[in-house]
Amino acid sequence: MSVSAVRETPMHSRLLASDVYRLGFSGLIARPTRAILSALGIAIGIAAMIAVVGISSSSQAQLSATLDRLGTNLMTVAPGTSVFGEEQPLPFGVGGLVQRVDGVESVGTTGLLVDLHAYRSAATLKTDTNGLGVMTASSDLLRVIGGHIAAGSWLTDGTSRYPVVVLGAKSAEKLGVARPGEQILLGDDVYTVGGILECGELAPEIDTSVLLGERQGTSANAGERVHPTSVYIRADEERIDSVRQLIPGTVAPQSPSDVTVGRPSDALAAKQASDQAFTGLLVGLGSVALLVGGIGVANTMVISVLERRREIGLRRSLGAARPHIRRQFLAEALFLSLLGGVAGTVIGAAVTAAFAVGNGWPISIPPVVLAGGLGATLVIGALAGLYPAMRAARIPPTEALQS
Amino acid sequence: MSAVIELRGVSREYGKPPTRALDDVSLTVERGEMLAVVGPSGSGKSTLLNVLGTLDRPTAGTVLIDGIDVAAQTDAQLAGLRAHRIGFVFQQFHLSEGVTSTDNVANGLLYSGVPLRERRIRAVEALHQVGLGHRLGHRPNQMSGGERQRVAIARAVVHRPPLLLADEPTGNLDSKSGAGIVDLLHELHGEGTSIIVITHDNALAEKLPRRIMIRDGRLTADSSSTSERVVVTAGATP
Repeated sequence: MSVSAVRETPMHSRLLASDVYRLGFSGLIARPTRAILSALGIAIGIAAMIAVVGISSSSQAQLSATLDRLGTNLMTVAPGTSVFGEEQPLPFGVGGLVQRVDGVESVGTTGLLVDLHAYRSAATLKTDTNGLGVMTASSDLLRVIGGHIAAGSWLTDGTSRYPVVVLGAKSAEKLGVARPGEQILLGDDVYTVGGILECGELAPEIDTSVLLGERQGTSANAGERVHPTSVYIRADEERIDSVRQLIPGTVAPQSPSDVTVGRPSDALAAKQASDQAFTGLLVGLGSVALLVGGIGVANTMVISVLERRREIGLRRSLGAARPHIRRQFLAEALFLSLLGGVAGTVIGAAVTAAFAVGNGWPISIPPVVLAGGLGATLVIGALAGLYPAMRAARIPPTEALQS
Repeated sequence: MSAVIELRGVSREYGKPPTRALDDVSLTVERGEMLAVVGPSGSGKSTLLNVLGTLDRPTAGTVLIDGIDVAAQTDAQLAGLRAHRIGFVFQQFHLSEGVTSTDNVANGLLYSGVPLRERRIRAVEALHQVGLGHRLGHRPNQMSGGERQRVAIARAVVHRPPLLLADEPTGNLDSKSGAGIVDLLHELHGEGTSIIVITHDNALAEKLPRRIMIRDGRLTADSSSTSERVVVTAGATP
C-alpha cells in the first residue's frame, strides 16, 4: 500500500470540442417544443430590428435611386423681400441672364399671376380657388425640372397663340379634369387643357399649378408682361457651388442678398434624415424585445438545469468535471439563442423584402446588420446561459444515486 | 497485491447537528475481489457507495482508490479518476431515452477524450460482451429491464475500469433477469474486474464470495474473516 499511495494519477477527464457541440445540440433536440418557444422570443427581437433597419435602408436606397434619376443639380431662385417687406420682382429676361452664368446648363422660369384663379366652370364660386396657382411657364421648364407629361402635350410655340393650359397632376385632380381637351376657366375666360403632367418630385409646387404660355400670360394679365417669380436652373454638377454664389448678383445686382436660392434635393435628403431618427427609436424598441427574449432563454435554461439534476449527476459519475458540465449547458444556451437569431434574421429579411417590393423600392439590407444581429444573439446566448451553466456545474455528483 | 480500495477510519457526517451516515469505517478490497455490501435501507450503504466512487468526500478518515488518496485530489482529478478507473451501475439504469444502446454505451467514454467513431466501435464490443450484440440499434424503451441493465453495465465497463460499483443492480428486475445480471457480474469478475455490489437483498449477497454487513453506518460483519476469500487476478492490470 505504501507503493500504491504515492502513485499519481496521469489520467484526466477530457471532453472533445466536437462533443460539446453535439451535447448542446442534442439537449435542444430532446425538448423541441420548449426550444422553439424560447427561441421565438429572440427571433421576434432580431426580426424586428432587422426589419426596421432593412426597411429604412431600402427606403434610403429608393431615395438615392430617385436622386440619381432626378439629379441633385437643380436649383430654384425665388425673389426675395426687401427690408420693407415688399417682394422684389425678378427682372424680365432673367432666364437669359442666368443662362449666361458659367456652369449653367439650362434654365426655365415661371411667373405667377397673383390675381388670376382657375375654375372648373362658370357655375363655380369665385372664392373656390382650390389653392391652385396660375402661372406662365417658359417652354424649357418641363425639361429643366425633369417633369413628364401624363397625357396630351406640353406648351409649344404653336399652342401659345391659343388659350391653352397645361395642368399639374394635383391641379387636374382638384379641377376634375381627366383628359386633355376639356375646358376650364381662368377668371372669366375659357381655356382648353392641352396636357396634364405627372407628379414631380423636385418641384412639387408645379403639381398644384395651372400653366400657360408666356404670350397667353401677357394677354391674361391685361396686356402686361408677367414678372418671373421662380427660376429653375440645371447646373454642372461639378460647379454647382460657384453657380450658386453667382446667381444672386446676376438676378438682382442691386440687392443680391434678397434673392433666395434653393436646392430641392437637399429637402429630400433632410426628410430622410428625420426618418433616420425615427428608425433609431424603433431599433431601440426592437432591442427591448431582444432583451426579453434573452431573459426567456435564461429562464428556460434554469428550469432545464433543475429538471436534469439526475442527468448531471450521471455525467459526473461518468467522469465529467465541472467545466465539462458548464460547457455543455453554455453550448445549449448558445444554440438556443442562435436558433432564434437565424430564424429572426430570415423573418426580418423576408419582412423587409415584402415591404420593399410592396412599395416598389429596391431591397437593401446591409450585410453588417445581418452579421450584427447574429453576433448579438450569440452575446445574448452567452449571457443568458452563463448563470444556469454555473448552477449546473455546482450540482454535486451524488445526485446520480438519489432515488 | 495492491488494494483497489482502502478505507481507514472513514466517517461522513451530514447537517447540523451532525448525523453520522458512516461511522469509523475501515475496509480493504483487494484487486480482483468481488463483494456485496448488505444492509437495510438507511444503514449508510448509499453514503458508502458515494465515498467509494469518489462522488463524495468523507468528513474524517482516509480513502485510497487504486492507491490514490482522494483527499489530495482536486474535483477535476477525481472526475478523471472516475472517467478512467471506476464504472457505475445504478438501480434505475440511468440510460438516455431516445438514444440507441450503442450511443448510450459510447457515452461511457465521453469524458475520456475518445473520438466518437472509436467510442462507437468500443461500445459495440462492450454490448457483445454483455450479450446484447442483437440490440445495438435499440432504444431503452424497446428493451426489457434486464436488457436495459445490461446496457448500463456495458456503459460502466466500456472504458475497462479496474473497479465496478453497482447500486442495487437487480432492484428493479424480476428474479430471472436479476439472476442473469448476477451471472454477468460474475463473468466480469472472472475477467479481473473488482466488483462491489450494494444491496439489501440477502439472496443476491449469498451468491457473492465476500459479504460485508453495514448497520447504522458501521460495518458489523465481514464474511472474509470466516470464509475463504475468492480473489481473481487474471487479466488485472496495475
